[in-house]
Amino acid sequence: MSPDTMTLASFLPALPEIILAIGILVLLLVGAVAGQRATALVTGLAVVTIVISGVVLVLSPASGVAFSGSFILDGFARLMKLLALIGSAVAIIVSVGFLRAQKIDSFEYPVLILIATLGMLLMISANDLIAAYIGIELHSLALYVLTAFSRKSVRSTEAGLKYFVLGALASGMLLYGASLIYGFTGQVTFSGIAAALHGEAPSVGLVFGLVFLIVGLAFKVSAVPFHMWTPDVYEGSPTAVTAFLAGAPKLAAMALFIRAIVVPFAPITHDWQQVIVFISIASMVLGAFAAIGQQNIKRMMAYSAIGHMGYALVGLAAGTATGVQGTILYMLIYMVMAIGTFVAILAMKRQGVMVEGINDLAGLAKTHPLMAFMLAMLLFSLAGIPPLAGFFAKFYVFIAAVQAGLYALAVIGVLASVVGAYYYLRIVKIMYFDDPAPKLDPVAPELGAVLGLSGIFMIVFVVIAGPIGSAAELAAKTLF
Amino acid sequence: MILPAIFFYIFSAVTIASAVMVIGSRNPVHSVLFLILAFVNAAGLFILLGAEFLAMILVVVYVGAVAVLFLFVVMMLDVDFVELRQGFLTYLPVGGLIGIVLLAELVLVLGGWYFVPNAPAVAAPEVASVSNTAALGQLLYTRYVYLFEIAGFVLLVAMIGAIVLTLHHKQGVKRQSIPQQNARTPATAIEVRKVESGRGL
Repeated sequence: MSPDTMTLASFLPALPEIILAIGILVLLLVGAVAGQRATALVTGLAVVTIVISGVVLVLSPASGVAFSGSFILDGFARLMKLLALIGSAVAIIVSVGFLRAQKIDSFEYPVLILIATLGMLLMISANDLIAAYIGIELHSLALYVLTAFSRKSVRSTEAGLKYFVLGALASGMLLYGASLIYGFTGQVTFSGIAAALHGEAPSVGLVFGLVFLIVGLAFKVSAVPFHMWTPDVYEGSPTAVTAFLAGAPKLAAMALFIRAIVVPFAPITHDWQQVIVFISIASMVLGAFAAIGQQNIKRMMAYSAIGHMGYALVGLAAGTATGVQGTILYMLIYMVMAIGTFVAILAMKRQGVMVEGINDLAGLAKTHPLMAFMLAMLLFSLAGIPPLAGFFAKFYVFIAAVQAGLYALAVIGVLASVVGAYYYLRIVKIMYFDDPAPKLDPVAPELGAVLGLSGIFMIVFVVIAGPIGSAAELAAKTLF
Repeated sequence: MILPAIFFYIFSAVTIASAVMVIGSRNPVHSVLFLILAFVNAAGLFILLGAEFLAMILVVVYVGAVAVLFLFVVMMLDVDFVELRQGFLTYLPVGGLIGIVLLAELVLVLGGWYFVPNAPAVAAPEVASVSNTAALGQLLYTRYVYLFEIAGFVLLVAMIGAIVLTLHHKQGVKRQSIPQQNARTPATAIEVRKVESGRGL
């Protein structure tokens, strides 16, 4: 069978995406016909679509390459897609109350989240440069619109515009890099590029292309020095959108980052390793220091995200299967931490008005002891304090860096995490030891459930680290 | 052999002349019209090269959409082009410099053609068997169908985004309702009153 021959069976690896795509079109029609009355229905069906897509993804026996080599479903893609789907479904569920309170609930919101999710799945499964680019575009365009979703708010519109302009610039960089890589290897597929580079010293033009590609991808994961958009976008977007932005999209972007660097450029690991080491160190350090002065908790979490991307990149910088395993685990745990923390921020409401200041949490332990405890667990975990999940995340990536001989990177990472611990612990101190601020509203049940589950995940990770670790190990091995 | 050559010179002469007129004409609307003329003649040049698909795209996209958009912008925005052109001589050195740099780049790129030697061979289709519209269609809907479909989704997002971010449903705006208008009968629409002469209603 020639690679271009198509049968229905050859589409099977993409079945979860096809289900999602059909779901998007159907829900869009439902919304367009029924109008805004259908918002609740469309929101519910959007979650159902994601669940069906996830079930098919887990059960589907088909794997391998589809669509003439543009698309790949392997162990790595399967794990990352499952996580991205979970992140998106949770993001839709926790957004309902917020959107209703802000009076921006419309059926386009879940549809746009579904489209962004579809883009994420395509990014994770991209097996050539064109598919990677178009996946990023689909995903990012949906995110730009979501960021500006609260169109009456100046901050939201500004955040959307800023994200769009900078994102377009990054896309341009990525395309420029991709075209250079294509020009100097004559290949667009990841395996083809690897084959073309095998046993040859890379030309200067190719290294240029590689650096531009890394620039584009680093923008997507908001790694320093391409992080400028993150604080403004996190702060400006509606909090429900930030909760989505901080979780699954980061994971998907990191998955694409891993695949687009590790697979095609395996023969020239040394050339990209130093770039990744640099952006990793810069992200960790900036994330640790810039977050200290923040008073707005969303802004603080943005800097925290930048720092955490730096830690996740430590694993990638190692360039080994262990390192990639560490990065996968890091992103898994970070996604849960980020969603949990943002759900807590979504629950920060006083007499129906959202509050975002860190000092609004003062004395939370006395007014909402359970919420304060779960949030404290998440913050301890973000700081990387054992025996919570965040500690293991950092442990795996630093071990991989040490094994790869990157001692300086590991040492700087540990030092940065000590600095970073300060601002997480400060929030815990404000919650537990400061005089109570006026009481926050009761936590909505769905927010409480997600917050509780993510807090519990942090605590029990030490018990389930074995199976999750081996799942990540299997996923990482498929790339090497 | 002579006929294509004649057409080539006609098309290129008109292209260059209208390109000059785009910059030279005083009225911006004339500039846009000359731009359209340049596009159409460039499309003619593409047909001479055997690239009929590019020619069609050029006419459909550039003449049909872009140039008309330009025309709308030029006519709707009241831009004073005379004022814009006043600094022409002061900016000439900088503009000329940029022009020379671009020219040098073109010469360098075309002069030092040292990229992968077999890249053109890889990219070129089998010329003889199919016309290039058919060849593109065959590739687009088979080998690249995945990317084609996703590109469609990207356009869908653009549409949804534009609607979500800009469509306002204003309350209390009176709208025309054709069914309601059609349902009006003399009984509902007209009231007959007897008016006594000399007194109003």
